[in-house]
Parts: sequence; structure tokens; C-alpha cells
Amino acid sequence: MKKLFSADRRDYILSFGIVIAAFAIVQAMILTGNITSSLKGQLVPICAYIVMAVSLNLTVGVLGELSLGHAGFMSVGAFTGIVVTTVLADAVPLAPLRLALAIAVGGLFAGVAGVIVGVPVLRLKGDYLAIVTLAFGQIIMNIVNVLYIGLDENGLHFSLLEQKFELAEGGKMVINGPIGVSGVSKLSTFTAGFVLVLVTLFLILNLMHSRTGRAVMSVRDNAIAAESIGISITRYKLLAFVVSAVFAGMAGALYAMNYSTVTAAKFDFNTSILVLVFVVLGGLGNIWGSVIAAALLTVLPELLRAVNDYRMLLYAILLIVMMLFNNSKLKERLLARGRKEVE
Amino acid sequence: MAMLEVTQLGISFGGLRAVDSLTMHIEKGALAGLIGPNGAGKTTVFNMLTGVYRPTDGGIRLDGENLIGKAPHDICKLGVARTFQNIRLFSKLSVLDNVKTALHNEIGYTLAESLLHLGSYRKKEREMDARALDILKVFGLDGKSRFIAANLPYGQQRKLEIARALATNPKLLLLDEPAAGMNPQETGELMETIQLVREKYGVTVLLIEHDMKLVAGICEYLYVLNFGRELAQGTPAEVLNDPEVVTAYLGE
Repeated sequence: MKKLFSADRRDYILSFGIVIAAFAIVQAMILTGNITSSLKGQLVPICAYIVMAVSLNLTVGVLGELSLGHAGFMSVGAFTGIVVTTVLADAVPLAPLRLALAIAVGGLFAGVAGVIVGVPVLRLKGDYLAIVTLAFGQIIMNIVNVLYIGLDENGLHFSLLEQKFELAEGGKMVINGPIGVSGVSKLSTFTAGFVLVLVTLFLILNLMHSRTGRAVMSVRDNAIAAESIGISITRYKLLAFVVSAVFAGMAGALYAMNYSTVTAAKFDFNTSILVLVFVVLGGLGNIWGSVIAAALLTVLPELLRAVNDYRMLLYAILLIVMMLFNNSKLKERLLARGRKEVE
Repeated sequence: MAMLEVTQLGISFGGLRAVDSLTMHIEKGALAGLIGPNGAGKTTVFNMLTGVYRPTDGGIRLDGENLIGKAPHDICKLGVARTFQNIRLFSKLSVLDNVKTALHNEIGYTLAESLLHLGSYRKKEREMDARALDILKVFGLDGKSRFIAANLPYGQQRKLEIARALATNPKLLLLDEPAAGMNPQETGELMETIQLVREKYGVTVLLIEHDMKLVAGICEYLYVLNFGRELAQGTPAEVLNDPEVVTAYLGE
């Protein structure tokens, strides 16, 4: 038994080692100029999508509830983050610190949104829950779409549906309704994204290997039995859902600060589904699987540029092949052989 | 006053009176049985005792504390644990984790410690491991602590469920057909284990069972339900020779 435990530990350290090594290799490629500019542009989105996939896996894989509105929380984090960096532009001149603050506040607001959505939604089960999260995702997107926020010397001004405030001389719009945000200072860097990925992995894996994580998984495996041993279903469902939303918010802030213009439409149903694909392909409840799937599927369209005309067709076919392989006996056999060789 | 006081307990589902004016007094340390034909309302009684169903009338008190209207997880904290007729394990978790999950309220640490694995995390986890293994040992499952619960053979799954219930440190343990699906030899072993557990952990046991050999072998007092009403109560010898009970079980 002791040996098995140390093997768990070894896998854990090894996995973190691989992520760090991957980062080092990509950094080396950047420094030596061996990376295409389109791939370089994908580095921050990859980090953001990894965090999105890992956090959604907490809801779908660990808690066992299908959520189709994860991009909604990403949106809340993205636009909160933008407001924070705009407001703090003069007060905090240090860019990495401003980014860190934006990510933290973005996560916090997404967490609040998680509570507001989670309380009514988690009363439902299965398909119903999935449909309602989808609806909430759309609601968040539509609210942000008609949100006007302006900043001038008197502070922040908010309005919904139309711009109901006049900005003083020298003021500027932060979020301009459906036009969204433009002229964002690009604060996100690959290093910042990598740090966020590491922090996310560390916290979520720790959570899963704790009494809190066990409580969440017990609710997934058998809610009635979980209740019978003194675990509050509502509490742990909400906890997992909100933690998941917080990380989605942080990913959103990171993502938004990588582009000069951001609109609410970026965080629509398609984005929620894209992240869900990462989670399902990587394996439900398998955190490292989510990391690999998110990275691979974000890079894949870029790698397929060589066959530009058939790019999306090939992408779809590869996706199907990977899904089939993931569920196949072949994979089981390969894994079993791998284990034998290690022993 | 008895440890568990059930008075005039009743529940209706629409027009169906599933349980009607049931009264039970179970003393601390007792090993009592609840028997009756299929559909007599035995599991419904367990569901009311554990807060899964809210009774329409009557009262339930554990050591004087009212249990009616309390949530299942709160009733567990007050000292009632149970197993299920159709096994309900945390099937994807390991055997050890099944029991550790049940120690949730016994050995605690904060959410921050969960996230950071700092503070008392290591110490408390080791304490949980030791306690869980202790309980598993009683059921001969300590050698399988790393197995996934769903991969255990049926008899061991039943035992694991009892182990998990015990981990919550209950005053009252409710066993819903613990011997269902077991062969005579396994049932014999189970009888010994139940008695051992009762002595070692000082818990009061109320069990539902169809296996008359098990019931007569270990129960000190029996309640017989039929169509939701109490048909008889008394020692196994009295009850099992009662002509009304025999009729209810075997038909006219």
C-alpha cells in the first residue's frame, strides 16, 4: 500500500514536471525565434482554455453536473478584469501586478455570479440543470452586450440598454455595449498564463484530494448516501460550482487582456461547448486530460494551416478519431502494457 | 426513557397510508429487528427516521431530541447512520475513501487547508486513514482499501456500507436487509460481525431483515409490520410463534 501511495505522488510530481518542461521548451522556442507568429499568438489563449477546461471539469467530472454556460463566467471575469485594469491604470503602473489584480477581481466577480446562478440552478438535476445553465450563459452574454461603463474624473458610470450618462472632459468608455471594449492594454503574457495554469492545477488537484473533494465526489456518486453520512448536498454542489466559476472568471480576465478589442459575443454558447469538448475528450474527472486536450485542440487548427482548404474538416475528423480512441479497448491495452513495462 | 422514541408515527403518499400509528421504544444498546412482508412499510420507516421522508404525523425523538423536520445530513450528525436495501456506495471512490468520506464531520479541517494542503491537513488525513483502516479491519476489508468500491464482490460491498455507516460514529445504526443476497455462510459471518460491532462501538442497532434465521439468531426484540401497521411485537420466540404473524408471512 505504501508503495502505491508513493506512485501516486510520483505521478503527480512527474505531471507537474512535464507542464513546466513544456513551458521551458516553448520559452526557448520564442527566444530562438523558432515559433510561428500565429502559434505565438495562441499561447495565452491556450493557457486560458486550459484553466477553463480544468475548472469546467470540476463541475462536470468531479461534481457530475453538466454545465453548458461556462463561458458566461469567463465573460464576467473578462469584463470585470478590463474595468479593473482601466481604473487602476494610473494607480498601479506595474503591469504584472495590475494583471494579477484584474485576474483576482475577475475571479471574485465570476464567483459571485456563480452563487447567483448556482443557487437556483443546482436545485435541478441532469438535463434540466444543463439547459438552465445554458440559459444563464446566454443571459450573462446578453447583459454584457447592453452594458455601458464609462470612466472619467468623477469615477465609474454604469448604465444598461443605452448610454444614460455623460462623461466629463477627458473621460472614456470602458465597455461600450455591443461594440464591447477597444483599446485594452495587452497585459497578458505567456508567463502570466503559465503561472495561472500552475496555480489552478495546484489548487484544484489539492481540493480533489481533500475532505472537501471527497464530499463533492460522494455527492456525484450517490447523493442519497452522501446525505446519510452527514454531507450537505446543497453546500458541496454550490461549493464546487462556485469554485469552478471563480477559475473561469480568472481565465476570462487573462484571455481578455490578450486582445485589444473584446466583445460579449466572444463568450457565447460556442465557447461553452468548445470547453466542454476539451473536458470530455480529456476524460471526465481527469484533470491532466483536460490540460492536454485543451492545449492540443487549440493548437491543432494552427498546425493544420498547411492544408488550409481542408483545415476544419480535418480538425473535425481528428476530433472524432480521438474520441473513439479514448473510448477504445486499444487504449486500455496500451495503458496496461505501459504499466507492465514500468513495473 | 428509551434512546429512540417513536410515537404514533404515520405517513401518507396521496391516498396511500404507507405507515400508520407506529410506536417503538428502543433502549440504548439494544439490537432490535423490524420485520414484515414485502411492502409492509419497513424501509419507509427507515426513511422517516433518517429524514429522507417527512412523516405526516407522529413523533421521533433520539435521546429526547426531536428529529422531525430535520435534514438527513443533520440527523446523521445527531447520531443516526444507515445502510440501504439496494447498495449505495460511492462507486468510483476507493474503499478507503468511501469510509474517509464518512469521517467528514468526525475529523475536519478548513476549506483553505483543503486547497493549500497546509496547516493540519497532513495530520488530519493521517488520522482519517488510521481510523478508516481500523473500521475496515473489523470487516476484513483492510487489505482491499485501494480497490475501487464498485469492483468489490457483492458481499463485501454490503460490508463496506456498514463500515461507512459506522465511521460517522452513530448512536443508532439502521441496517436495511444487511443479509440480502448472501449465502448461509456469509449470513452467519455477518451475524457475528454485527454483534461484534455492537459491542466494540457500543451502538444501538435496528435492522430490517427477511432472513428469519438471522433475525431469530441475533435480535432481542422484534417489531412486525403489515400493511403499514404494527402486527405484533416482542421477543423473537413470542413473535415468530404468533399465529397472526405466521398468517401474514405465509398467507392463509
